[in-house]
Amino acid sequence: MTSPTTTHERLSPKTESETLTGAEIVVRALRDEGVEFVFGYPGGAVLYIYDALDKQEAVQHVLVRHEQAAVHAADAYSRVTGKVGVALVTSGPGATNAVTGIATAYMDSVPLVVISGQVPVALIGNDAFQEVDTVGITRPCTKHNFLVKDVKDLASTLKAAFYLAATGRPGPVLVDIPKDVTAHQCVYHYPDKISLRSYKPTVKGHPGQVRKAMQMIASAQRPMFYTGGGVVLGNASEELRKLVRSLNVPITHTLMGLGAYPASDPQFVGMLGMHGTYEANMAVQHCDVLVALGARFDDRVTGNLAKFAPHAKIVHVDVDPSSISKNVRVDVPIVGDLQQVLTEMNQVLGELDALNDPHAMQAWWAQIAEWRKRDCLHYQQDDQIIKPQFVVQKLFELTAGDAIVTSDVGQHQMWAAQFYGFDKPRRWVNSGGLGTMGFGLPAAMGAQVAEPDATVVCITGDGSIQMNIQELSTCQQYKLPLKVACLNNHYLGMVRQWQEFFYEDRYAMSYVDALPDFVKLAEAYGHIGLRADTPADVEPVIREALRLKDRMVFMDFRVDAKENVYPMVPVGSGLSEMILV
Amino acid sequence: MRHIISILLENEAGALSRVAGLFSARGYNIEAMTVAPTHDASISRMTVATSGSEEIMEQVLKQLNKLIEVIRVHDLSEGPHIERELMLIKVHAVGPDREEVKRLSDIFRGRIIDVTDRSYTIELTGPGDKLDAFIHALDPGMVIEVVRSGASAISRGAKAI
Repeated sequence: MTSPTTTHERLSPKTESETLTGAEIVVRALRDEGVEFVFGYPGGAVLYIYDALDKQEAVQHVLVRHEQAAVHAADAYSRVTGKVGVALVTSGPGATNAVTGIATAYMDSVPLVVISGQVPVALIGNDAFQEVDTVGITRPCTKHNFLVKDVKDLASTLKAAFYLAATGRPGPVLVDIPKDVTAHQCVYHYPDKISLRSYKPTVKGHPGQVRKAMQMIASAQRPMFYTGGGVVLGNASEELRKLVRSLNVPITHTLMGLGAYPASDPQFVGMLGMHGTYEANMAVQHCDVLVALGARFDDRVTGNLAKFAPHAKIVHVDVDPSSISKNVRVDVPIVGDLQQVLTEMNQVLGELDALNDPHAMQAWWAQIAEWRKRDCLHYQQDDQIIKPQFVVQKLFELTAGDAIVTSDVGQHQMWAAQFYGFDKPRRWVNSGGLGTMGFGLPAAMGAQVAEPDATVVCITGDGSIQMNIQELSTCQQYKLPLKVACLNNHYLGMVRQWQEFFYEDRYAMSYVDALPDFVKLAEAYGHIGLRADTPADVEPVIREALRLKDRMVFMDFRVDAKENVYPMVPVGSGLSEMILV
Repeated sequence: MRHIISILLENEAGALSRVAGLFSARGYNIEAMTVAPTHDASISRMTVATSGSEEIMEQVLKQLNKLIEVIRVHDLSEGPHIERELMLIKVHAVGPDREEVKRLSDIFRGRIIDVTDRSYTIELTGPGDKLDAFIHALDPGMVIEVVRSGASAISRGAKAI
């Protein structure tokens, strides 16, 4: 590419002979990687890096109130933008606090680079102050991690970290940097490209397998598409839409896949799995060809494996070979990048002689229409007690379905997934794999930093929100105008629901009887708090919150304490064995 | 079924614990594991003796391949291969046993590499079952200590893995 020298380049020429400290190398590498925001928290071992950050403006730092929140915010920033998120934490407790965030990103395959400080090289292994074996602790929850013991390796290691995080199946990569390495100096050279002999992810799908898959799909009587977070992460929504529309097949998403295909489109039958729709789960159980794209047959999706999709031949496309045939035997495996493989599938589709038998397809769609009539998400809103579903539905209506929605973990998460129809990818941000309570608020911060003008709503519960409530302070410092919608039922709702269904109504430790006054709490942090006690309050509260465009607003919805999430597939049951309303 | 897996990996700090951690985190069996640098000092070769169903073995190979520092993984059990293990065994050797242990060692093509007035230390190489057989041939009370290297293995023929 030829382009005139930009101001940016002129200010900091890439000369071969520039000598920098390790800390300056870190900051320069971030800048050269195009990183705009780092989420972090300072401490002894990273003081040189903070000093170097302070001396420049290209890379901005967002100061959180807890390292877990730094990683969640970087994670959400990545999920919304598609870029690699970056977090910076100190050694010891800084690193251990970050672990929950790292594991969350790992389970959901989110590309992150987490930089942690470490005690000086000479003190490693000495039980020094704020020392912990960070690479040891994070080894099983990162895609890869590094301990940099020589400043000369720093730039190339950071390059490798970004490369590994973003390519193949994405994931968090941690770089642990001892304090003395950040003080040492060497000549800065940031490689443009890096090649690792032991890491060559497959991108292109095998043409023979792609053809075989398309023939199998086109000859199906009852085809069904099931797609996951991989389609979102792989930026393959457009290609997916094209293929699904051309084939006129029904499609369901996992919790992580929502938004990849427009929820408002009639071919979308809702989410599948434990709290999936009746029609989605029934369609999976009755289809004759199941096409799994960027999904991993997680236990919350399949229900009892022995009973899963008993009539189906399975096509599975994934960038990670180890996801294929891990839980479910696959008939046509294809390893590759989703966008690439879907493009190939669309091409092959154009070359096929015949598509699915129209009579069979008509019958299949008629059957799905029958299942839809079950109206499995139905609830009754009276004028006394607010139904949590009603709040989500109103949020959806009043934001015109266009908000970025983050969630915590529990009932509210499922209602958000069921009742907020996402038409676009990267608008739904939740902890699907690890199920991390405390994710929602810092995730909303990361999303708001990524898109300052977007409406960002954190749908949460009275349990989850208290797991990172301190971040209201961060929202105040950076004037992040996000909206918190707390479905407050005084219970750890999902725990309560399981206790009602499976533990004979013994509500052990699931009732929270010492909640703070969330309105006053929001005010104490300098925000606006609004409460809705009756169904009539819901719409005015949401309208007021949305009207206050430049303010962070905490909406406390006092919802029905005994409401359950339906449908529900109990653990051990097949997908068609749902508890329905 | 028992499998012998050969792994070429970057000779870097932490690479060994990544492989060991993978086996323990995912609940795969390890019967034995050996590792040492190859003729290329930047590459280590690891041999893992493991067992599991076909589905589990498929996952073992895929998960090993997924580790960033792993360059190549090969299940040697899929083809003809040679397996060897080194054992150093220290045994009581007093009175008439002294001659008997020497004879037994010769039969197994062992070498006595250390001698005291009360003991022999014998070096023995071979497939694992040969080493087992040697131990069983001894009176259990005679064995002082046993060190086994775990299996090393290589495929037959002119090609590398």
